[in-house]
Amino acid sequence: MSRRLPLVPENTEPLPSLKENQGMLAWVSSVDHKQIGLMYLMVTMVFFVVGGLEALLMRIQLSQPEFNFISPEVYNQLFTMHGTTMIFFVVMPFLIGVGVYLVPLMIGARDMAFPRLNALSFWLVVFGGILIYYSFLTQSGAPDMGWFAYSPLSEKPFSLNKGPTYWALGLLATGISSVASGLNNIVTILTMRTPGMTMRRIPLFVWMILVTSFLLIFVIPIIASAFAMMLLDRLLEATFFTPAHGGSAILWQHFFWGFGHPEVYILILPAFGIISEVIPVFSRKPIFGYEFVAGSTVAIGLLSLGVWAHHMFAVGLGDVTNLYFSLASMLIAIPTGVKVLNWVATMWGGKIIFATPMLFATAFIIEFVMGGITGVAIASVPIDWVVTDSYFIVAHFHYVLYGGSMFAIFAGVYYWFPKFTGRMMSETLGKWHFWLTIIGFNMTFFVQHFLGVMGMPRRIYTYQDFPYWGSMNLISTIGAVVLALSVLVFMWNVHVSRKRGKKAGNNPWDAWTLEWAAASPPAVHNFDLVPPVRGRRPLWDLAHPEQPDEPNAKVVD
Amino acid sequence: MEKLGGIFNPSSPEMEALSSLTLYTIVTTVGILLLIVAAMIYIIIAYRKNPDDNQEPYQNFGNLNLEIVWTLIPCAIVAVLFLLTCNTMKVVDPPVGDHEPDIIIIGHQWWWEIRYPKSGVITANELHIPAGKYLLARIESVDVIHDFWVPELGRKIDAIPGHPNHMWIVAGEPGLYIGACAEFCGAQHANMHIRVIAETEEEFKEWEKQELVIPPTPRTGLAGNGAKLFQEKACMNCHTIMGTAAAARVGPNLTHLNDRQTIGAGVLTNTPENLNKWLTNPQKYKQGSLMPNMKLSPTEVEAIVAYLEALK
Repeated sequence: MSRRLPLVPENTEPLPSLKENQGMLAWVSSVDHKQIGLMYLMVTMVFFVVGGLEALLMRIQLSQPEFNFISPEVYNQLFTMHGTTMIFFVVMPFLIGVGVYLVPLMIGARDMAFPRLNALSFWLVVFGGILIYYSFLTQSGAPDMGWFAYSPLSEKPFSLNKGPTYWALGLLATGISSVASGLNNIVTILTMRTPGMTMRRIPLFVWMILVTSFLLIFVIPIIASAFAMMLLDRLLEATFFTPAHGGSAILWQHFFWGFGHPEVYILILPAFGIISEVIPVFSRKPIFGYEFVAGSTVAIGLLSLGVWAHHMFAVGLGDVTNLYFSLASMLIAIPTGVKVLNWVATMWGGKIIFATPMLFATAFIIEFVMGGITGVAIASVPIDWVVTDSYFIVAHFHYVLYGGSMFAIFAGVYYWFPKFTGRMMSETLGKWHFWLTIIGFNMTFFVQHFLGVMGMPRRIYTYQDFPYWGSMNLISTIGAVVLALSVLVFMWNVHVSRKRGKKAGNNPWDAWTLEWAAASPPAVHNFDLVPPVRGRRPLWDLAHPEQPDEPNAKVVD
Repeated sequence: MEKLGGIFNPSSPEMEALSSLTLYTIVTTVGILLLIVAAMIYIIIAYRKNPDDNQEPYQNFGNLNLEIVWTLIPCAIVAVLFLLTCNTMKVVDPPVGDHEPDIIIIGHQWWWEIRYPKSGVITANELHIPAGKYLLARIESVDVIHDFWVPELGRKIDAIPGHPNHMWIVAGEPGLYIGACAEFCGAQHANMHIRVIAETEEEFKEWEKQELVIPPTPRTGLAGNGAKLFQEKACMNCHTIMGTAAAARVGPNLTHLNDRQTIGAGVLTNTPENLNKWLTNPQKYKQGSLMPNMKLSPTEVEAIVAYLEALK
């Protein structure tokens, strides 16, 4: 009998086991998707606080005209780092992290397709963040050219400080991380689904993560190569983006927004996914128009690749170019509108339970539509000429990214916290958090629409005492303080609930997707036995054998 | 009640078109928002779960006709908005044709150089125009990207090194219109104001004539001293004063500084006292400005102020 050599040699030493208490080592060395997911969430929480403090300092500086609280140099560093942090180290890794935790559970898999690549992705985000924040300790301080790093301002001789170099290096690291996560998600979703879990049955959150992952692997290489060129310019005297030496100042903008606009959808599509899970469960109805919600996501993903120059209407690219990008951008409103109406229709006729996750999901719809309608308006070239680079834009994208992404993130945390920890979050503190967020958020950003159309440019560290500017900015600053309070309440809630929250059980919300069939928190191997999947809502089918979603579904085992 | 600025006070035909398109679009889209809010309020009231009710609601999976309807409605809205967009662009941005520019506006970190190629006038930070007349401006930059924006007069347009842009400027009525740089351009982006001074045709002609006068250099007294210091203290390395050896273009042309309203692209009102403060330490009023603190003694400052004030 011939004996084949094993592909992987047998271990002679026992592998570290999670059953032994190894403290931090169990986390640092982990390749388990749940531990990595939780580490993503913890790291983003730290960055969220840091980025929030940066914003708060800026708001204090702007609370009155010609205020001398921080110097222009520091202000410019703060807004650069605030934008960079919130996008690359809060919203993006949070959504990737929550995806890493949930995708294998939702499709009934044991782990991600490439667990070690998964760990690499996570640690690259951490190291990228440390690299960028280290620049605060250098003599010349943090990067101060804005998160968009327009050339030639980000080039020598206009930025001789080291900040932009750290910035490009750190983001290059997180870029590699994002591409790796994207690939990992795609392979996991396409190949590791439990029997019966067809692509028409995967939860909508998984659909959104899939589309986001394709966007990641399409667009991150654009910005990664632009970072490499910027580093060549800065360190080796190349001249890609320096017009004085034959380069092009506009080229950077094409690269940056070629990545930057799809990035917006990378930041919002998984948030749509969270909303598409929360709303049905708390309305006690299936999602209205599953195919249309999934299909519109694909449409948004594809369209988002062809709209970047709507960030460049003031550059002077010519009418034909401007009109193409204007129309393409407006078209995105259509699939987005379809989604919103499907969520509303899901709630219609339901029996809605307004627990904290649902409060945030309900408010998400309104706040996001607010950001969406201003988004349609600024896709029109002449309107963009009026409002671009003004506070109107600041208001617009905070409605999308805070009122949209962050509200969905809060909904998701309240919804899945019982799964993550085995304990419920406090509903009382949750409602305090919700109402403080609603008041603080709208107070901060609503008035900024008016400031913008009245002529206040973005990224200014101070302003003159024009009529109403002072009072509107003061309102905005007070709102920011309330918003900061709301985050404190949220952190406190996480802290106390983790230790003393009510025991959750496997399925506290009576939800229908597979992650709720696992223990809370799930065992290392996720499922002892994956429930049979004969429809989109396996746990509904189990609880209502008399009324399955797909009565004629074939049994697959 | 003080008057609201910007879009609420359009002061040129272009801005009127921009303002009405923006406001109508915002009002229409806010209408859509309100419809959704109304639906949500109804849902919150009508479909809240009764705690004693343990029945699951009717399980509705979707409706194809509804999906088609609410895909087509936004298509129609987008089509209308796109048509309005095309029309407004024609009004705001008429073709340049083979016009030669009447004004050249050049962005610098952190001030605006303004040149009138037809008359030869060169000034800074204050753009004089005859009201009611369309002038073609060419927008350039010598360093980083800036953006020319006067909210009450019209659109924004980037000032990009190596990529000149063109824009028509017009003001309906004589008056002062304050604008600023709208593209982040470094430390003092916040203090890169522009003042558009729209005058009657006669006033403008008079101003242009005045700007072309080469003022005699004072030879004696405090001002004469100042003239000498201006040459000795490296002021002339960056600034121009017509009729003297100072002809550099790094900083603003100071020949007719007297006629300007502000110092430092809007940080201080132009008075002898403020000029004194500015020359003593420009970094105090515009931190990061490319004008260094020249460490002038108070008497030197006084002499240079007297010189600049004497240029008429």
